[in-house]
Amino acid sequence: MIDREQVLHVARLARLELSEDEVSRMSSELSKVLDHIEKISALDLDGVPATTHVVEVENALRPDEPRPSLPREVALASAPATQDDGFLVPSPQA
Amino acid sequence: MSDILDLTAKQAADAVATGDLDPKDLYEAYRAASAADDLNAYVWVADAAPADGDASGELGGVPLAVKDLFCTEGAPSQAGSKILEDYRPPYTATVVRKLAQAGAPLLGKTNQDEFAMGSSNENSAYGPVLNPWDRTRVPGGSSGGSAAAVAAGYAPWALGTDTGGSIRQPAALCGIVGLKPTYGTVSRYGMIAFASSLDQAGPLTRDVTDSALLYRHMVGRDGRDSTSLEHPEEIVLPSATRLDGITLGVPAELSGEGVEDGVMARFEETLKLAESLGATIRRVPLPHADYGLSAYYVIAPAEASSNLARFDGVRYGARVDADDLLSMYTRTRHDGFGPEVKRRIMLGTYALSSGYYDAYYGRAQRVRTKIAEDFDNAFADVDFVVTPTSPSVAFELGAKTDDPLAMYLNDYFTVPMPLAGIPAISIPNGLSEDLPTGFQLAGPAFSENRIFEAAYALEQAIGFDGSKGRVAA
Repeated sequence: MIDREQVLHVARLARLELSEDEVSRMSSELSKVLDHIEKISALDLDGVPATTHVVEVENALRPDEPRPSLPREVALASAPATQDDGFLVPSPQA
Repeated sequence: MSDILDLTAKQAADAVATGDLDPKDLYEAYRAASAADDLNAYVWVADAAPADGDASGELGGVPLAVKDLFCTEGAPSQAGSKILEDYRPPYTATVVRKLAQAGAPLLGKTNQDEFAMGSSNENSAYGPVLNPWDRTRVPGGSSGGSAAAVAAGYAPWALGTDTGGSIRQPAALCGIVGLKPTYGTVSRYGMIAFASSLDQAGPLTRDVTDSALLYRHMVGRDGRDSTSLEHPEEIVLPSATRLDGITLGVPAELSGEGVEDGVMARFEETLKLAESLGATIRRVPLPHADYGLSAYYVIAPAEASSNLARFDGVRYGARVDADDLLSMYTRTRHDGFGPEVKRRIMLGTYALSSGYYDAYYGRAQRVRTKIAEDFDNAFADVDFVVTPTSPSVAFELGAKTDDPLAMYLNDYFTVPMPLAGIPAISIPNGLSEDLPTGFQLAGPAFSENRIFEAAYALEQAIGFDGSKGRVAA
């Protein structure tokens, strides 16, 4: 069971604002899904390695050669706000 | 025009090659059909064929519908999300570029569940897609627009992505063929990521031959995706008519419980049909498959919560202005993401948070190993593992939107394969209640050629008639 405090904590970690309504819905919906997920706690997994890659690939290396990247104006073209050739954001301290 | 739309992609490419069909007429026929789309399958359709289009490649100028989450330079690429409304990327996904070079020009972008999270296409910020077989029902998801477009005849073929079933399930519910390839065989560069260790691009087509033809031009290592690799085999078009010497494995745990009677009946009929073609049917234990859904709904949201951190209102997409940076982030994400995406971000962030990581993500990654071992053991005894693709036919719009868990259970038969990285195809398997059902075949990594051969033989024997879904003709 995830309570209201946990929902708010996780939302802060996720940089996600939730409305009051969303907080209460999230609490019951996530609890229900987590109950189902709990199934895996019943398995004996001692000594079982974690899967990090499904298909084994040797290190994928390439020569470290400079290549052209996106021109600055193209990289900035989709940004909501720009200034002086950079992305513009509000101050971290209001 | 309608007879052009009746051709499979391979037939159309052949007609272009022999000079019987002008690729401009072909493109225009589909452009007109997709512009008249009344299923909400498309979110954007090209105004005209690309000027640099080349019909001399093997794909013959046969136009391609592309799921919204593939980046296409200069064309909207919104991944079904409001946070990317009208986003036009500065580059094109490798697989879309490769297919265009092989002669499959971009026709349009197809609707999808937001960031590919969903099994009904009802999570799109651009509205649900209707199933062409019955407009009161969902097309499946998350590649619902691609599946509906192909089934309706609004596209000769389409690209989708599959993370837990997002190609195979909508293919089944719309009566077409969908392939989830071996992980890594298709570059993910330019795909707006959902769960990077699971996501794979694949074809949605009217038949198995078209699936092989399109996949043949999708594969290959890409320097821009370090998880991509060369397919060890050249992909060939299938021709098998028999299944002699082939063993199909039915999961020992598959009892029919939780599966609609009509879906199970069609599945069992096709097993008998396979026997008549020379195949042997055997039960194989897949004891951990039942844990697949639980592991999937930890791993996929965990990876999604990380991947979706990039949508912060800084470099692209929508922004909600605020006086300080943190509020700008949190409000942008509150307004930009839909309910299911928020749910998965929350679930994933929770599963990765301090104190819970080992119990959830760590365990799920180990369950993944057990599922892969189950398949390895099965493939020592059988050539393919077969199941119904979806436990039900297409359900009614709105039927499951209030119950996330019920929606997740749709993926029961399709999540184990991406967890193990192995390929699987869904082919049309007859109707139940006048709606399509799907038959799923999964094989070992890199067995796509053998999957195509077996699926082709079954397809010929089943003789599914998809024309009732083709509303465009």
